[in-house]
Amino acid sequence: MTFSANVSKLFKPQSLAVIGVSLSNPFNPANVIYNKNRHRFSTKTYCVNPKGGNIYGQKVYTSISKIPDKIALVVVSTKADFVPDILLECISKGVAGAVVISGSFKESGRADLEERIKEISLKNNFPVVGPNCLGVFSPPHADTFFLPSERLVPVSRGNVSIVSQSGGILVDMMIKLAQEGVGISKAVSIGNKAVLDETAMLQYFKKDPETDVIGIYLEGFKSQRGRVFISEANRSEKPIVIIKSGKTPGGTRAVSSHTASIAGDYRTFSEIVRASKCFEATNESEFVSCCEVLSAYPGARIRKACIITASGGHGAIASDGCHRAGIDIPEIPEVDQKELTGKLGDGIKSIAGLSNPIDLTGSAFDDDFIAAVEFFMHKKYVDCIMLLLLPYLPGITSDIGARIAEVTGVSKKPIIAYMPHVDKYGIFIEGFENNGIPVAHSVEGAVYMAAAIKGSGFETSNH
Amino acid sequence: MEPQAKQILRLYGLATTRFHWVKHLRDLMKEAHAIGYPIVMKVVSKQIIHKTESGGVSVGIMDDKRLTSDFNKMTKLPGFEGVIIEELAEGLELIVGSKRDDQFGTVILVGLGGTAVEVYKDVAIRLAPTGKQEALDAVLSLKAAPLLQGYRGADQVHLGMLSTLIVAFSKLAHELSETIASIDCNPVFCSSKRAVIADARFMFKEL
Repeated sequence: MTFSANVSKLFKPQSLAVIGVSLSNPFNPANVIYNKNRHRFSTKTYCVNPKGGNIYGQKVYTSISKIPDKIALVVVSTKADFVPDILLECISKGVAGAVVISGSFKESGRADLEERIKEISLKNNFPVVGPNCLGVFSPPHADTFFLPSERLVPVSRGNVSIVSQSGGILVDMMIKLAQEGVGISKAVSIGNKAVLDETAMLQYFKKDPETDVIGIYLEGFKSQRGRVFISEANRSEKPIVIIKSGKTPGGTRAVSSHTASIAGDYRTFSEIVRASKCFEATNESEFVSCCEVLSAYPGARIRKACIITASGGHGAIASDGCHRAGIDIPEIPEVDQKELTGKLGDGIKSIAGLSNPIDLTGSAFDDDFIAAVEFFMHKKYVDCIMLLLLPYLPGITSDIGARIAEVTGVSKKPIIAYMPHVDKYGIFIEGFENNGIPVAHSVEGAVYMAAAIKGSGFETSNH
Repeated sequence: MEPQAKQILRLYGLATTRFHWVKHLRDLMKEAHAIGYPIVMKVVSKQIIHKTESGGVSVGIMDDKRLTSDFNKMTKLPGFEGVIIEELAEGLELIVGSKRDDQFGTVILVGLGGTAVEVYKDVAIRLAPTGKQEALDAVLSLKAAPLLQGYRGADQVHLGMLSTLIVAFSKLAHELSETIASIDCNPVFCSSKRAVIADARFMFKEL
């Protein structure tokens, strides 16, 4: 099941045809897809309905064969029964691949139709996404999500690509990543994954030069596909974050062996994923945090963090979290503590706590944080800095994010910031995020982020 | 049942405790003396999965008198087809098992074994077949790993023999995956001298 050459055409089509537009209902999914691609994307877009005619002043073709140009990608939004014949027609026209957004296949008792799609696809080496999916989001080329653009939050271009079994969860994740200032390269909802599944998409994103981080939402692997996926993931140079739903203990059956009883579906999944190069996020907030930090530092691998804060309590919570996550909080040598004292403002010299966590106290100014960050950027016993900031302190200004970003210098050690996420502090948060430094919503979130770059398993830094 | 399970394991080069399957009282004494006390006696029955809970295990038999009386008690258990008598192995009790998983195919499990295995659930699960380093990593990922590494002055478990056993077991589980749904080797006694399977059960796929 490899379509590597053709899968790229799904994400970067030269031309697009939407089959199943309505001549009367502007909210029909096919119409939404046709309109948004025609207006907002660079790909030449056509529409098809057997009745023909015009919509929005554009010609409606009666079939895919009637379109005079070559078509790279087709979006099929018709009744399920028509889909196999439409795919065969696409193949004879030389279309490169299809997204089938139509539902009512296996999920509605029509496994036979879904099997037919699979047969057609495999026999003709014709890649199909879906059915029962949103398809691909790949700006500036194409967007087959039947959701009006104005109803979504703007998504900036970035280096994270997402694969999801659920379209709804995918869009939610994109919104949440956008809120954190994380840019998306591509997203794909694979729906019933009759042909192209998470492994096929992983194969593509591993080679995609615009993707540095691969995020995957999974409900379950199809029979035996978990094994193929893990083998592919273990050969990935790029970090992979997985979140799985359906964690209720399966596998326990009336009278059974101890092994079958303990190794339920989720326990088995989690154990095998954690022993692989993938990172398992256990909830959505952890998933978003992991994608955010990996997007900023995809090649990082950290072991020893320095926590810099204005509050002893925040430092203690972060320290506890790091301990649980297996991240060292190294002692700061006395000679370094003395040297750092000399770099701090007179107001805090005598009161700052300079053993790790570094507590610069509520009297610290921007300059003190910058001095401390710069100091530890050059220390070999620290490979990550967690900066826990309280924007309500009088000495901290909204300049701090940009100034911290300036001092990261050539060492490019990962910095993970924490700041309370409320609208009032938006300008502080943007100061970091717009300069490429991830900001967690909570101290625990900052620990999730540190754990993600500890667990990503990549020895060499490419940043 | 246990005797056949152990014979299959031996075919794959897996160490099992020395045992005899005794069906009649008349053979009991001779076989017991050949092994030598102390002896463990376990019921052989298709109807009993968890022998301990059913009164089907007797540990630390030191003489002929108890040997005979425990045998007579076990003859009354459901589905009685004899007993296994075997040497008393010593060491830390682990479980090494496998199951056919729908998403991943055959997986193996290694963890803290014995009768409380489902209480602690301190196990690691890996794809079968597994390599030696992966087997060792799985063992060392257990919460109980310090117990295997000489906790509080105890002898360290022979991790090389243990991981060799896991590798051989994973090969067996992988090769037999078409017919077998699940295997439990529990307990596997691990000491500084050896890793030996003291009990095993194969659950076949439903046809």
